[in-house]
Amino acid sequence: MSVAACPGCVSGAGPEPGTEATADARHLSFSVPTVHCAGCIAKIEKNIGSFPGVRSARVNLSQKRLLVDADSGLQDQILDRLAGLGYEAWPLDRSVLEKGRDPEARALLVRLAVAGFAMMNVMLLSVAAGSGDKGETRNFPHWISAAIALPTVCFTSAPFWHSALSALRRARLNMDVPITLAIFLATGLSLFETVVGGRDAYFDAALSLTFFLLLGRYLNHRTRMAARSAAVELAAMEAKTALRVGDRNQHVPIEDLRIGDVVLVQPGMSLPVDGIVVKGDSDIDKALLTGESLPERADVGTIVFAGTRNLTGPLQVRVTKSIENSALRRIGELVSLAETAKSQYTGLAERAAEIYAPAVHILSFATFVGWYWIGGDMRQSLNIAVSVLIITCPCALGLAVPAVMTAAVSRLFRAGVLIKDGTAIERLAEVDNIVFDKTGTLTRGEPVLAGDVPADQLAIAAGLAQGSAHPLSQAILQAAEDRNLTPASVTELTEVPGKGVEGKFHGGTARLGRAGWLGAEAVSGTMQTWLQLAGDDPLCLRFADVPRSEVSDVVRQLTDQGFAPAMLTGDRRDVAGPLAEQIGITSVLAEVLPEQKVTAIQQRGGRTLMVGDGLNDAAAMGAAHASIAPASAIDATRTAADCILLGNSLSEIPRTLAIARMAKRRILENFGVAIGYNLIAVPVAVLGYASPLAAAIAMSTSSIIVSLNALRLLRGQVS
Amino acid sequence: MTALLYLVPASLILGGIGLFAFFWTVRAEQYDDADGNASRILTDLYDDAPKADD
Repeated sequence: MSVAACPGCVSGAGPEPGTEATADARHLSFSVPTVHCAGCIAKIEKNIGSFPGVRSARVNLSQKRLLVDADSGLQDQILDRLAGLGYEAWPLDRSVLEKGRDPEARALLVRLAVAGFAMMNVMLLSVAAGSGDKGETRNFPHWISAAIALPTVCFTSAPFWHSALSALRRARLNMDVPITLAIFLATGLSLFETVVGGRDAYFDAALSLTFFLLLGRYLNHRTRMAARSAAVELAAMEAKTALRVGDRNQHVPIEDLRIGDVVLVQPGMSLPVDGIVVKGDSDIDKALLTGESLPERADVGTIVFAGTRNLTGPLQVRVTKSIENSALRRIGELVSLAETAKSQYTGLAERAAEIYAPAVHILSFATFVGWYWIGGDMRQSLNIAVSVLIITCPCALGLAVPAVMTAAVSRLFRAGVLIKDGTAIERLAEVDNIVFDKTGTLTRGEPVLAGDVPADQLAIAAGLAQGSAHPLSQAILQAAEDRNLTPASVTELTEVPGKGVEGKFHGGTARLGRAGWLGAEAVSGTMQTWLQLAGDDPLCLRFADVPRSEVSDVVRQLTDQGFAPAMLTGDRRDVAGPLAEQIGITSVLAEVLPEQKVTAIQQRGGRTLMVGDGLNDAAAMGAAHASIAPASAIDATRTAADCILLGNSLSEIPRTLAIARMAKRRILENFGVAIGYNLIAVPVAVLGYASPLAAAIAMSTSSIIVSLNALRLLRGQVS
Repeated sequence: MTALLYLVPASLILGGIGLFAFFWTVRAEQYDDADGNASRILTDLYDDAPKADD
């Protein structure tokens, strides 16, 4: 593809994100989660493709990505254009993405193709062998089959015998041991029969076994890789550098920062480190760390934490703790601690394998011993034992879980829900109670102007608010826009960091900012800012963090499904209580510290689903049975979550849970099919009535039934 | 039965050609965006002539 046309981009280390070096990158990639149809593809490719300096633009719908081959320095313009077209997009770090390439999936696909090719040819030949009754007409097709099957089996079954060998070396049995045994015994025995001119050869059975099992393996791998590439993609969204202040300011990776270094944090940026403010005056948004929705004042001497966001003025921060000891990393460690507990979860497939693998061995060994004891014919006993091994071999079982997982994951992905872990679907299906974080999850995480403000005052406030990026200013502008007010023209706008904005309006000084700055008494229990016109009494503007519009619906649907959603928040009780009531949540746990969130989840007992977005939720999400995060959540939280809502709306949660339960039902049905098939086929095989052809047909039929049953998940109503 | 002497190699060779065509499509990244390819046929782009390689 285009990569080959640009050798300069293939060789050489990828530039660090967020530094000037990024400008050299010519292949840009973006995550565009909302692209969903042919119309979107055409619109984006046409618009971005005709952008001056862009050589080619291609949308990958399966991964919801846009790849652009363009002149340097166009990244921001392309992002703007995408936003203009109505698509939310994030730039991705190409060098991280390249590492996510997947040679293993290709190797599996090639093996699958070879196995399929050989299987079809050998099956045709086995018809020829079956019609010839004796001598050359039977032996000749057998010899050709052997010539095709031997190299094919050696090549295509590599994933199975590798895994079987490594299991045996640790003195364990896994599903791959009977698989490998069946494939190689069947091939070896067939070769022997061919050499001595016998009647039956199992080459086709050995190959179709390999084919169907590879299919299951491939689907399984794709599901896992989709999850991993999503994690890589999300990790690529966050810059990991800081601007170090020195003789000349320099972008450095945060790992290179030492205690005592001073970093400059511009308004709108996240703090990379724990430290103390040495210069500047600003407001700090701690919502992600503590769940507190009110920004806090920060000036010289204030202790600040990594993961919080600087809002109004530039800050110089001296690093006081090494990166490993920062509050951010400590929470990260809590997360991984909680996750180790979760990784011990064994999926249905594993549990089935634990019973199945020994049972198969014992059964076919018993068959061999039984026949040898009765008949005393080694060759016949071996033949029948192998046919038992082939027939019981977990084709349907090998497909039962991966086929359902693939269908469920791809259906959820189309709905904008990303599953990060294979067992996550099973865990989501088992959930029996749900806990929501408040700030940023149930609420929008951004304040909205509350109460009735006179139109003329609001227009002046909006005029002043234009001079600031503070969330309260943005809320005022939004409120003015909603009421179709034009912001009043205020001149000489200046932002006073940590205090507010001031400017000239009709000759007088107008100010918008903190109560203390304007000489007013702050009202407790609400987010507020004050407006003062030349000498008048200051006017209080109140704000509230309003719930997302879809939340009441989601809570109602979850209640209908039999859950009792609860709220878990670090925010104050008098803020959380009324909000919970408004959206229909009855159980509220407020003023909970991040560390306490974990205990709160553990104490709930049962199988909890945690929905959250903040760093303070990350550990609790690790401790919960399953977890969901919106796309707006921060890095550590998305890493901890099993499931990410790309559409950034909670409305898919009820459906995700319903689909997870449906998927689990399909898996159990598939196990039922596999067991039912064995109940019929095994006695036939043990008694020695299974011909190679019957074995191949029975095996294929059960595999196909299981796959079709899984595909039912792709369509159909969700209850 | 001597027909088998021609037909068996013929079927193997034809199948082999198909197999190598498949290898080529895997290498040319034709399976990387199945959903996208399914929807691209619905657009009017390149209905008159195929896209020229650049």
